[in-house]
Amino acid sequence: MARASKRTKAAAARAFPQLKKAPSGIAGFDEISGGGLPAGRPTIVCGGPGCGKTMFAMEFLVRGATEFGEPGVLMTFEETGEEMSRNVESLGFNLPSLVAQKRLFLDYVCIEPSEIQETGEYDLEGLFVRLQHAVESVGAKRVVLDTVEAIFSGFANAGMLRAEIRRLFRWLKDRGLTTVITAERGEGTTLTRYGLEEYVSDCVVSLDHRVNDQISTRRMRIVKYRGSSHGTDEYPFLIDKKGFSVLPLSSIRLEHKVSKDRISSGIKDLDAMLEGKGFYKGSSILVSGTSGSGKSTLAAHFANETCRSGKRVLYVAFEESSAQVTRNMRSVGINLDQYIKKGLLQFRAWRPTQHGLEMHLLRVHDLVDEFNPQVVIVDPITNLVSANLNEVHAMLMRLLDFLKGRQITAMFTTLTANRGGEEQTEVGISSLTDTWILLRDLELNGERNRCLYVLKSRGMAHSNQIREFVLSRTGVHLLPAYLGSGIVYTGSARLAQEAREKAEAVREQQQLEEKRKEFSARRAVLESQIAALRSELSSGEAEFARQTRQRNERQQKVVLDRQEMGKMRGVTPANEVVNS
Amino acid sequence: MRTPKVKARPPKVQATGGITNATLELRLYVAGQTPKSLIALKNLKRICEEHLQGRYRLHVIDLVKTPQLAQDDQILAIPTLVRNLPQPIRKIIGDLSDTQRVLVGLDVRPETK
Repeated sequence: MARASKRTKAAAARAFPQLKKAPSGIAGFDEISGGGLPAGRPTIVCGGPGCGKTMFAMEFLVRGATEFGEPGVLMTFEETGEEMSRNVESLGFNLPSLVAQKRLFLDYVCIEPSEIQETGEYDLEGLFVRLQHAVESVGAKRVVLDTVEAIFSGFANAGMLRAEIRRLFRWLKDRGLTTVITAERGEGTTLTRYGLEEYVSDCVVSLDHRVNDQISTRRMRIVKYRGSSHGTDEYPFLIDKKGFSVLPLSSIRLEHKVSKDRISSGIKDLDAMLEGKGFYKGSSILVSGTSGSGKSTLAAHFANETCRSGKRVLYVAFEESSAQVTRNMRSVGINLDQYIKKGLLQFRAWRPTQHGLEMHLLRVHDLVDEFNPQVVIVDPITNLVSANLNEVHAMLMRLLDFLKGRQITAMFTTLTANRGGEEQTEVGISSLTDTWILLRDLELNGERNRCLYVLKSRGMAHSNQIREFVLSRTGVHLLPAYLGSGIVYTGSARLAQEAREKAEAVREQQQLEEKRKEFSARRAVLESQIAALRSELSSGEAEFARQTRQRNERQQKVVLDRQEMGKMRGVTPANEVVNS
Repeated sequence: MRTPKVKARPPKVQATGGITNATLELRLYVAGQTPKSLIALKNLKRICEEHLQGRYRLHVIDLVKTPQLAQDDQILAIPTLVRNLPQPIRKIIGDLSDTQRVLVGLDVRPETK
């Protein structure tokens, strides 16, 4: 045992001096790569056209110059410096100012095969001279070669080019320059069109841009990373106004802090079903139900209650505009407008199809960062699900993890298609959530009535009752369930049942009254009998007493007579008495 | 640092004066005294002597000494011969061992000696 632990310790110690890494500054990438790109080594970033290779490289370079104090050299083979500056302006990168501050060096390598004639032997020493000059003039630590493969189209001597590329990578490595080389995706088995990965084998990052159901998703994968462990999955990433961001599945680690604090659902009766205290703070709640079953109303109650207690709520609506939601909620006595005005409630209404899932996720991230809410409501997640269940699952998992990590209570509503089977359709999502509230319509006696029950609620002894869920002008009420021969009565059936029970009660009351009367009459009879018996008894007793008295008198008389007689005979009365 | 150079260059070209359309403004870019560069220079001198007598001006630019010029003149391959004038610019890369190709590249017909 001790030896084993020693060995693992030794292994850990050996594993510790890890490869030195240069942080890329790209949100999320450093997380999945364990710190960034290999420092002082070349990295290939490959992918098809428009997948964001150049953006990745640019962000690496600019962040290096601005955040990590590592000046950089950008050598472009396809776009001029000005074009590049303009391209990245939208990301907030000001290349000309960085160039002026000598933190960046731009060199555009123009390759124009049409004006070049080849005669005899040559090499690409010019490239090295330029690179050397660029690196020296800003003291660069980082280099980006944007599509260095372009030289393959400019020169005919492929053998020479390969040798020179090999020499170039060697050169970069020898100088300890952290380099990003972008390359077009190759066809077939190679990662890059010209097989650059053969020369650079330290780190290869593959980017991908695919469109599924008209919604584009960008994905990144670290194909290889020599000398370092790294996330091997395909990670979705985004390019937006803040630049490049990779969204790692942080849920690999389940290490959320948990809270014992409770947060009210805003519906007293529902709180009562959850141990009388409501949800756990920082937990996730799924509200599922068929259309019109009151999911949004439930969510609005929750929002209302949270705002009322002075906390902030982010409400992401995927189906209705904020005005529509607030108007609709007024009909059940909830005034959300006041909280919007107070700044406690933020509404965001998007079309689910407006962006890809990652974009939605990122926007929620950004909003949460900005607004710092205690509660996030997403209503409904259903339309997202239409994209691809696996992806939605992953996205929601990331979102939940993110929110849980921040102790934010999340409520998602989801529309279930139709009765029956709803427990199955959402298993993927429901397993992620802590509390699952199911709203159901019951069709009975020609009417639909809403029912609510708590399907699960982790960490509390929740009610197992099915309650009737009634929307009224004063909000939501949960009525106690009427159970009779295993049937839940709702709506008019419940009323009928109530009436029946009332009639029953009245009848019982009447019966009781009759019984009481009957009994009192009986009591009167019995009592008179008792009185008669008692008088009989007392007369009997009197007779007995009289007879006893008579007898005693008689006996006394006999004794006296005997004494008299004895006196007359002269016998002692004592002896006489004893013997007799 | 390199911008003044760019500005300085056109006057220099003009300063050579009297360049007619027929006069070639040539630059040979080398990087140190490498064998290829030396061969290219030798070849170029021979071609100029043989075919362009009196009709050319030649600058040899060593990029090891003036690396910034590599960027300004878009030099990648070494050695590179650039015909700056007459327009348009033409580039010939390699050790210039093939005289015919060099002459074609410079757009100079051998018979117009």
